[in-house]
Amino acid sequence: MPKTEPDDALSDEELLDRYQRAAFGYFLETVNPDNGLVADTSRPNSPASIAVVGFALSCYPIGVERGWMTREAAVELTLAALRFFSASPQGGGDDVTGHKGFYYHFLDMRTGLRVWRCEVSMVDTALLMAGVLVAGAYFSGAGEKEAEIRDLAEALYRRIDWRWAQGSSPTLRQGWKPKSGFLHYGWEGYNEATILYVLSMASPDSPTSDDSYEAWTATYQWENIYGHDVLYGGPLFMHQFSHAWIDFAGIRDAFMREKNSDYFENSRRSTYLHRDYARHNPYGFDGYGENLWGLSAGDGPGGFRASVERRRHRFSGYAARGAPFGPDDGTIAPWSYPASLPFAPDICLAALRHLGDRYPQVIDNYRLPSGFNPTLANRRKFGRDGWVSEGQYGLDQGIVVMMIENHRSGLIWELMRSNQHIRRGLGRAGFTGGWLTQPAGPVVSGDRDVA
Amino acid sequence: MSRERTKAAAFPVDRNDVDLMRAAHPPHWMNPTPDGRYNLVVIGAGPAGLTAARDAASLGAKVALVERGLIGGACVNVGGVPSKSIIRTARLYADMRDAENFGGDVPERLHADFERAMMRMRQIRQRLSRADSAVAIASEGIDLYFGEARFGGADTVEVAGRTLHFRKALVATGAHPSAPAIPGLAEAGYLDNESMFDLTQCPERLLVIGGGPLGCETAQAFCLLGAKVILAQNEPMFLPGEERDAAQILSDALAREGVEVRLNTEVVAVRREGGKKLADLTREGDTTTISVDEIITGVGRSPNVGGLGLEEAGVAYDADGIKVDDHLRTTNTHIYAAGDVCLEYKFTHTAEATARIVVRNALFRGHERLSELVVPWCTYTDPEIAHVGLYPIEARRDGIPVKTYTVLMHDVARAVMDGEEEGFVKIHVREGSDRILGATVVASHAGEMINAVTLAIRSGMGLHALADVIHPFPTQAQGIKMAGDAYRRTRLTSLRRRLAARWLAWSRR
Repeated sequence: MPKTEPDDALSDEELLDRYQRAAFGYFLETVNPDNGLVADTSRPNSPASIAVVGFALSCYPIGVERGWMTREAAVELTLAALRFFSASPQGGGDDVTGHKGFYYHFLDMRTGLRVWRCEVSMVDTALLMAGVLVAGAYFSGAGEKEAEIRDLAEALYRRIDWRWAQGSSPTLRQGWKPKSGFLHYGWEGYNEATILYVLSMASPDSPTSDDSYEAWTATYQWENIYGHDVLYGGPLFMHQFSHAWIDFAGIRDAFMREKNSDYFENSRRSTYLHRDYARHNPYGFDGYGENLWGLSAGDGPGGFRASVERRRHRFSGYAARGAPFGPDDGTIAPWSYPASLPFAPDICLAALRHLGDRYPQVIDNYRLPSGFNPTLANRRKFGRDGWVSEGQYGLDQGIVVMMIENHRSGLIWELMRSNQHIRRGLGRAGFTGGWLTQPAGPVVSGDRDVA
Repeated sequence: MSRERTKAAAFPVDRNDVDLMRAAHPPHWMNPTPDGRYNLVVIGAGPAGLTAARDAASLGAKVALVERGLIGGACVNVGGVPSKSIIRTARLYADMRDAENFGGDVPERLHADFERAMMRMRQIRQRLSRADSAVAIASEGIDLYFGEARFGGADTVEVAGRTLHFRKALVATGAHPSAPAIPGLAEAGYLDNESMFDLTQCPERLLVIGGGPLGCETAQAFCLLGAKVILAQNEPMFLPGEERDAAQILSDALAREGVEVRLNTEVVAVRREGGKKLADLTREGDTTTISVDEIITGVGRSPNVGGLGLEEAGVAYDADGIKVDDHLRTTNTHIYAAGDVCLEYKFTHTAEATARIVVRNALFRGHERLSELVVPWCTYTDPEIAHVGLYPIEARRDGIPVKTYTVLMHDVARAVMDGEEEGFVKIHVREGSDRILGATVVASHAGEMINAVTLAIRSGMGLHALADVIHPFPTQAQGIKMAGDAYRRTRLTSLRRRLAARWLAWSRR
């Protein structure tokens, strides 16, 4: 159902609250309460995605603090997930959930077993673990259940064999399959994997070798594009995902010390770069401009080639789209605006309001789709709204809830600042300065003022 | 030196080819009779051998040049010349197809005439080979021998029953297409990036194996000439070694043209069935079978080191080619090597550049070094991808802080006018300075544009000075200057701005 109420009457705070709460609702609607697994998308028969579970675990504390769910309900859903992963079968054969402490990317919502012959995913396991650590940090109460959450969180994190995931190279492999072994994808260039490296280096039991982070950062490219000095990463989610858990403002690794910048500032500039790209709009896509921008990983209209206004384009289904080097098929990921909110609040809020004014039909009760493509309006089989992704994706909803919260209260950042694993991982990756110079704060315990 | 691998094609195809053979390997050629010791005996009359023989002869050296096949080597006969000729026709069809984008009409009947494209290629090949005909070379005072050359010892070469004594020798025998070890491929029959030029009909469905420069150029050209092309690459991206963004743009361009892109895909078996070739493709453990009419491999080139008697001459080599030091000397100090037979980067222009080094080092006791060459290269897809110097990843691994100044071609006015705005100019400098370390250009004419950067690196010119080089407006090469302008803008520190503003304010009084 499209959003009908005009946003003009709402303050920024009220508007963000509506978007955040709507996104939060995704998790309560799609979670299987028996095992805590959360669907990858809201579409029928969607399997669970382990990364989406990581986002869900990170969002429950926000729901509690905002009064959208009770602490007891959050404890139950969190425990269900942690107990499930803890008891799930691991191994190199069939009918398992994971291997070496990592998990398959997509799991059956009911049985929790691998589906689609998907891969054991390193980065998605890292996103799951980030959520597990949030749960362990947030549920610090004295009760038995909260104590169990803390124990399970620690055990799940510590049993991961990160060194195995390096294969025979210094950088981490992206995935593994039982028949073909490690996937043949390299890590080249900056992307969303900082959280993966931080968690892997922090492991007390099986950390990656000391050269892993440096080997990855050796592939970084520092570029001056459209007048911005940026560490380049094409799709915007690369500048958002690790930042959902870690506040990179003011802390620097060797690379950022050399460049006299930090990763938070880099995400800010990258957000502006995306806006600049849309202003250039080299391919002449409909709507692109000052307040419609944001290319990212997400759903798309499908794989086909078509000419639009006498220019040849290739449209894609689910894909990572990037600026300024592409690919770009005119598909905008509107959840990019709340997801980049902490870095560039002014332009993100303006874009979010523009979206509500100009394209209200793509917004479902303040819930944002994975993508939409106005260029396809009244073309091929598409109607006057162009293409709009059906339903919602859990990753998008999760990053929206978390980044709006970080913008409003910094809740998740603060929780993770006190986490010893995160601090140790950042330290081993060479991060210094900023909040890392201050001692870890006391463990947060529930009732907080987050208004 | 072409190697026949399929019966689908046979050289010479037409009169152009016959004329080419007559000039490049005359059927009744009389080898000269050696008259004393040569200053330089050159084995192989490709770009390296021809350059060395001519340079040496023009300086008064007594030179012998030995060729077993056609003069010109791979480049003119089965490499850069024929492939780029075909690519030109392919671009024509792309432009006709996109005519509306340029304000024109798409021709009513747009059907690629493959036969004519190949005939044009053969005409061009024949025309360009004329300059290097056997008669022309002999007239320049070079003793030209046709036949298989073989070292008889440390200072002699045997050819067609004659013994050539030398003071110095140069091995410039080039390379041949590598044969991928795929079960059933040889039995089913295939073409490689040399024998494919003998095709007279465009295969309806074509599998191209290998996503390096050869595979990508071939896939795009055949796609535009009407074939349904599947391009299988066993790596996660095309052009391994090039910058990620360059490979990304190429990948998008190939997909947009209609090439079926299969990355991370290994061709594990091939068989023939009912006139078709069936290929098993494996990706992440899952295998699918495709049916095609022809298979072209473009997986790289292996050095021609067999049958030369290199062991007798004390010249060491392995699967990568002849071992040379930085002065291009082999393990026999009187014997040098140049070009594809010894170089990692197998290009015509490096072959010629290394040949020049050999002439100076071998005949005039020079000390020129291979490592001091500034070598650009280009992949002739659309857009082209050209590079010179260091990649950022190489610089960072050497501990050099590097910063890249990027100009998007869609900001270059002429590129927009030409409808060729895909791509970028990236110039890499040492952080904190304007010293140019390298550059990558992705653009329709990247191969032409990269020359300005090569010149700047070679002459020690910095990016700051490059901004002062006036480029005619409008040209696509302005993208290079614009990178210099971007550098200048970042040097305008707030202090400089404040000082300039104060001076200007004072000037107004």
